[in-house]
Amino acid sequence: MHWSRREFRAVCLAVIAAGLCVTACGVRAQAPPAPPARFVVVIDAAHGGDDTGGHLSDGQYEKAVTLALSVRLRSLLAARGIQVVTTREADQSVSMDQRAMIANRASAQACISLHVAETGSGVHLFVSNLAPAAATRFMPWKTAQAAWVTRSLALTGALNSALTHAGTSVTLGRAPLPGIDSMSCPAVAIELAPERTADRKLTAEPDNADYQAQVAGVLAAALLEWRTEGRQP
Amino acid sequence: MIPRHQAVLLCILLLASLVMAGILFHMRDRAHQRLLAGQDSAPTKAPEVAAPEQATLLVASDDDNSLRAQLQSLPLPADPGARARAVLGKLLDLYAAPDATHPVPGGAASVAQVFLLPAPNSGPGASKTGGTPAQNDTGDELAVINLKGSFVAGHPSGLETETLTVLSICGTLHANLPRVAQVRFLVDGEVRPSLAGHADLTRTYLTADTVTRP
Repeated sequence: MHWSRREFRAVCLAVIAAGLCVTACGVRAQAPPAPPARFVVVIDAAHGGDDTGGHLSDGQYEKAVTLALSVRLRSLLAARGIQVVTTREADQSVSMDQRAMIANRASAQACISLHVAETGSGVHLFVSNLAPAAATRFMPWKTAQAAWVTRSLALTGALNSALTHAGTSVTLGRAPLPGIDSMSCPAVAIELAPERTADRKLTAEPDNADYQAQVAGVLAAALLEWRTEGRQP
Repeated sequence: MIPRHQAVLLCILLLASLVMAGILFHMRDRAHQRLLAGQDSAPTKAPEVAAPEQATLLVASDDDNSLRAQLQSLPLPADPGARARAVLGKLLDLYAAPDATHPVPGGAASVAQVFLLPAPNSGPGASKTGGTPAQNDTGDELAVINLKGSFVAGHPSGLETETLTVLSICGTLHANLPRVAQVRFLVDGEVRPSLAGHADLTRTYLTADTVTRP
């Protein structure tokens, strides 16, 4: 059988087109599944207004430092395309219940409560000490977090892994956390303590801009990773 | 010559002066006796010192957010309330020391009182009794610790440090008085929302939580 030149060219084009189609389908099949429509992170800068929080050694109040850290983290997350809801944007009083209401309305995939301390070193990660419970249609307000404790521990693991990998010392703990105990989202209280060397020598206070930027960068990367993990079945 | 009525008046006045002097002397003597009697009621012998006993203190460390059991020998009174106060006083003395692993100023004087009461039932049945919480029949006790305001005012602020203080107090109480199952805190006799802005002081802490703490 002899093909004319035109026929041969048409067959070649058809084969190339089919190949491209198969390749495209293959690439599509290998790509990760599409991200969920919304990935929201709630950032709760602790204290504010009349509630000054702790008094740091250089005269700053905890409420001011948590707000600065909140703004820094919010910017980093927004730059990575993550939707952020904050419980306060200025020096204002927000009650524990109001903070929980903001978080619960946002249907967030991660809720981060930011604190600052003068004692200890590195970053302290705290999860609610409520016993895990099955989620029900109506959860008691004071213990709503019980249905999310397992996810909160998983989120803490992700943050701990990222911080440790970045060389930051991390201490983990569980405690009653008013506010967080009423949140229906994976929630962690993050307390930024001074940065110290192995021999306990102080290298950076919590209100140090570079130190804050370093920790906020690691937290943003960890939350990005958390978003990816959250997509997996 | 003095008239007769004036002489009589003078005698009466003199007699009255003597009677008044006598009464005053008698009253002064009685006041002196009362004073001496008051002095007699003061203790004249030194209080008995209890023999030293081993107490287990759960000492907090800010470095690794941990509680470590530490044995201390100290005189412990027989009365459980006074015993609890003595043990907590020793724990807070350790925290007030210059080389403390969990520095908190105040020392032993920071614990004003410790009251031991039958623990209310914290189980689901507690709400069935109406307004008053049901007493448990397991013999568990609730310790109410009244802290001094100066201790709370001087306590460092922070989630980790405040949580460690509360848990070490609860754990130390349970280690030395095993029947203490629940702990509540007062500050100068009143309920305070938090220790220094973070640790919740409005709730009842279960000592079992400190035992099983990771």
